[in-house]
Amino acid sequence: MRKFDAIIVGGGHNGLVTACYLQRAGLNVAVLEKNGWVGGAATSRELTPGFLYSNCSYVCSLFRPEIMRDLELPKHGLQVIAYEGGAVFTRDGDYLASYRDHDSHRREFSRYSKRDAEAYDRYARDVTRQCRFIQPLLMRTAPDPFGFRPRDISELLYLARKFGEFGPQEMAQTLRFWTMSIADFLDEYFETDVIKAYLALSGIIGTALGPMSPGTAYVLLHHYMGEVDGSVGAWGYARGGMGAVTQALARSFEASGGTIRTDAPVDRILSRGGRTSGVVLEDGEEVRAPLVVSNADVKRTFLDLVSEKDLPGDFVHRVKHFKMRGSSGKVNIALDSLPEFPALPEGSACIRGDMHFTDSVERMERAYDDWKAGRWSADPFLDMMIPTTIDPTMTSPGKHFMSCFVQYCPPKLAGREWTDADRDAFAETVVSQIAEYSPGFRDRIVHMEVRTPREIEREVGITEGNIFQGELTFDQLLFNRPVPGYAQYRSPIAGLYMCGSSTHPGGGVMGAPGRNAAIEILRDLKRPTERMSKAHEVV
Amino acid sequence: MTTIFAEGRRAAQTHILTPRLETPFHARLAALDTLNEWYTWSGCKAPHALSDPELEYFAIRSTAALFDISPMVKYRIAGPDAERYLNRLTLRDVRRLAVNRVHYTAWCDDHGHVLDDGTLFRLGETDFRLCCQERHLPWLLDSAFGFSVDIREETEAVAGLALQGPTSFAVLAAAGFGDVQQLKPFDSTTLPHDDVSVTISRTGFTGDLGYELFVPRARALSLWDRLWTAGAAHGIRAIGYDALNQARIEAGFIVANGDFITADGALRADRVRMPDEIGLDWLVDPDKPHFNGRNAILAARRNQTLKNILVGLEIEGNIPAEHALVYHRRKHEAGIVTAGIWSPTAKRNIAIASLERPYGSLYKDDLWVEIYALRELKYQKMMKRAKIVPRPFLRLARRSATPPGLR
Repeated sequence: MRKFDAIIVGGGHNGLVTACYLQRAGLNVAVLEKNGWVGGAATSRELTPGFLYSNCSYVCSLFRPEIMRDLELPKHGLQVIAYEGGAVFTRDGDYLASYRDHDSHRREFSRYSKRDAEAYDRYARDVTRQCRFIQPLLMRTAPDPFGFRPRDISELLYLARKFGEFGPQEMAQTLRFWTMSIADFLDEYFETDVIKAYLALSGIIGTALGPMSPGTAYVLLHHYMGEVDGSVGAWGYARGGMGAVTQALARSFEASGGTIRTDAPVDRILSRGGRTSGVVLEDGEEVRAPLVVSNADVKRTFLDLVSEKDLPGDFVHRVKHFKMRGSSGKVNIALDSLPEFPALPEGSACIRGDMHFTDSVERMERAYDDWKAGRWSADPFLDMMIPTTIDPTMTSPGKHFMSCFVQYCPPKLAGREWTDADRDAFAETVVSQIAEYSPGFRDRIVHMEVRTPREIEREVGITEGNIFQGELTFDQLLFNRPVPGYAQYRSPIAGLYMCGSSTHPGGGVMGAPGRNAAIEILRDLKRPTERMSKAHEVV
Repeated sequence: MTTIFAEGRRAAQTHILTPRLETPFHARLAALDTLNEWYTWSGCKAPHALSDPELEYFAIRSTAALFDISPMVKYRIAGPDAERYLNRLTLRDVRRLAVNRVHYTAWCDDHGHVLDDGTLFRLGETDFRLCCQERHLPWLLDSAFGFSVDIREETEAVAGLALQGPTSFAVLAAAGFGDVQQLKPFDSTTLPHDDVSVTISRTGFTGDLGYELFVPRARALSLWDRLWTAGAAHGIRAIGYDALNQARIEAGFIVANGDFITADGALRADRVRMPDEIGLDWLVDPDKPHFNGRNAILAARRNQTLKNILVGLEIEGNIPAEHALVYHRRKHEAGIVTAGIWSPTAKRNIAIASLERPYGSLYKDDLWVEIYALRELKYQKMMKRAKIVPRPFLRLARRSATPPGLR
C-alpha cells in the first residue's frame, strides 16, 4: 500500500488539471481512473481501425489559456485550431451560414432579413458586454456570502465592484440575462426564425431545458465566453480530438512526477471522524492519502462514494436535488468519404464548421416536448461537425470522422431503462435526419458509436450523462454551485474536495474548476500559489 | 417588410465568393489604381490611395479630387410623417431643413449617447436621405413606431461620388452640370444624367469648394466618365482615403468610431459620448419638439455631469501626434489625440483630441502631448506643448463663395 499526499478520483480534464497543479506544487499525487484510459468526457478513442473519435466533448473554446500555459500543454502536444463558421440547413433547401468575417456574416443574415443583418452588431455588443463581466469570475473561487471570512468578504466586494462598473441599464440587462429564456432574448433583436434558431442553440446545448425555458439565456453566455487565442466567442478543434487535451494534461502530470493508475475504479472514499484518509478501490485495495479530490460529479461523490451517514442531512438533501438531468446523446460516425450536402455550394467552408438542421426555435421547443414525455426527440436538434476537414490526424486522407451531438435524449424512456434496441432506434433517428439533407449518407458509414445517457453514464460516470455535471441555470451557479456553503471546492468532510464541473464555474472543457480547486487546496495547506497564473485581464 | 423571398435569397448565396464588395465605380478605380492597396469600408473595397496620397491631397486643395463615397451607409426615409419622424429621431430641427437642402446632424439613444452622425438630405417635402458611417436599420425601424414612414436601406443601390477642390465647379460646368452654379453650401439640386437623374449637393468632407453626387447604381460608370472627360482640362484626379483624411482633419470634421465610439459599438460603458462631449452641442436644439436623448442631454447640462470634451489642438513642432496621450502640466493624463497631422495647407501641426473634463473645459492651458516618434527602430519621445484652438483649422473663402470660383 503506497501513500500519496493527494488522490484524485477520476481522470477527467478537471481532475488532471488539479492533479497537475498539486504535483507541481510539490505534492505526491495519484490519479485513480476507472477506465483503461484517462480523459473522462474529453477523450479520443479508436473504436474502429483507422478512425479516432472525439467520443464525448468535441469542440474546444472554453479551455482557459492560462491553464494551457501554466501546465505547458502546448509542449505536451496540445494544439487548438480555429474553424470557419458553419450552417443551419433550412427545410426549403437553403441554409443560413455563419462566417467568421464580419461583413460576410452580415450579408448572410441579410439574405433573410436586412433588419436582422443590421441587428447583429447590437446583439453581439450586448452579449459581449455580459461576457466581459462574467469572464473574470471564471478563474476565481466564488465567495461564500455567509462565510464572513476576509476572503469571502473581499470576493463579495469584488463582485459588487464588478457589478458597480455597470450603469443601471447594464445591471438591469444582466439580471434579465441571467433569468430569461434564450427565445425571449433573441426576440428582442431578431425577426427571422432560422437566425434565431442558429443563435438559440448555444442556449440549450447540454441543458434539460427548451429554448423557451427561463434561464437559457445564461447558457448561451456560457458558450460565448470561450476564445481561441483571444478571439472571444470563437470555437476550435483540439488537434487529434478532445482526447488531445487530456493526453497533454496526463503527459504534463507524469512529466512532473505524478502517478496515473487506470483500471482503478474507486469504490468508496474513506471517512472517519469527519476526515478522509483515502479511498478503497473496487477490488478492495486501499489507497491512502490525507487529501482526496473528487472529479466525479457531486451526486456520484456524495451519494455513491461517501457514506450518507458521514454527511450533514441538509447537504445530502441539496445534493439529491441538484439538477443534473440527462438531456443529450452523441453519435460518432466513421465515414469512408466526405458527405455531400447539395444545399451547400461547391467548396463551401460551412462543411468545416458546425452544421444543424433545426431551422426554427419552435422546432427546438417541440424537440424538448418529447424529452419531457420521456422520449428522445423525433425531430432532434443536431450539432454536427466533421473535424477531419481540417484535422488530418484523426483518420487517413479522404476518410472522415463526423461528430453528432444530439438533443434531446432522456436518461430513461418513459420511466424504464434504455435497451440496445432503443439505442439503435435512437441512432436511426439521427442518421435519417442527416440522410434527408445528404443523399447517399448511409452508404458512407463505416462504423458508428451511439451513446445515449445510459452509455455516457456507464463509461464516463457522469450521473444521467449530463454533460455539464449539473445544469448551468442561475440557481446552480456561483456560490450556489453545487451546494450553498460548499461552493469553495471543500466538502463537509475534512480533506475531501471537489474539482469537477459540478463546481463553479461549471461545465464545458474549461479546466477552471480543476484549477480553482487546486488553489483552494494549496491555500488550506498554506502552500504558495503564485506559480498559478491569475485570470488574464479583460481589458 | 424586410423579409426577403426565397428565390432572391438563394441567388444571394454567392456573396461569400466576394467577401469585399466592389463599389459601382470599382472598374474605374481599379484601372487607375497603381498601388493596389485596398482597405475595407463598410464591407466594400476602398482605396487607401491610388498612386500617391500626398499628390492626391494636393488635388483636393488645388484642382479637383474625385472620391468614391458609395460605401457610405444610406437610408431613404419617405412618407407623410417623414419630417416629424426625423425630427423625433435627430438632434437638429428638421422643420427648418428646406427641400433641396442638406444638414449635418447626429442622433442619440434614449440616454443621450450618440449613435452616429451624418448628413440628412431633404429631397422632397416628404422624402429624405440619411447618410452615415454605421448601420442602424433596426433602430430606425423601431423608432418609426406610430409614424407613417417608409424606411429603406439603399446603400448598394445608390452610388455616390465626392468631387472636391477649387476646380470642382469648373469640372461640373464642363460636364454640363452648370446649373449647380447657384447652389450655396448645403444646397442640393437634381439634374438629368442619361435616362436618370443625379442629385448634386454642395457638400463635402474637405472644407473646400466641393460637391457630392448621388446616382442610381446602374448609371454610376457613365457619370464617372462624364466627369472624368470634362475634368481632364481641370486637373481632375481620383483619390483614396488617405488624402481625404488629411483634408477632413484640416476641416475639423470628426469620424464615427475614429474620433468617438458610437453607442451601439461601445463594449465599455464609459466609452459612449453625448453630443456635448464630441463637439456636437451646437446640433442640439432644445426648443424643437421632443427628440431621442433630449431629457438626458439637458439633464447632463443642468447637472454638469458631462465627462468628456472634444477639442482642436495645435501642437508645437511638426511631428503628427496621432493617438498620443495628452497631459495637463506635463503630468496629469488629460486625454488622447484621436486624429492628428501636419497640415500641408495651414502649415501647422494640428490634432483632434478627446479630453476628460475638467481638462479642456476648466483647465485649458498648460496642455502637453507626449509623442512617440518611431525612427529607425527607436522611439524618440517628446513632450510638446499643445494649445486649444477652434475648428476648422483651415478656413477657405472659396468653400462658401457663391457663385463658386472656377479655379
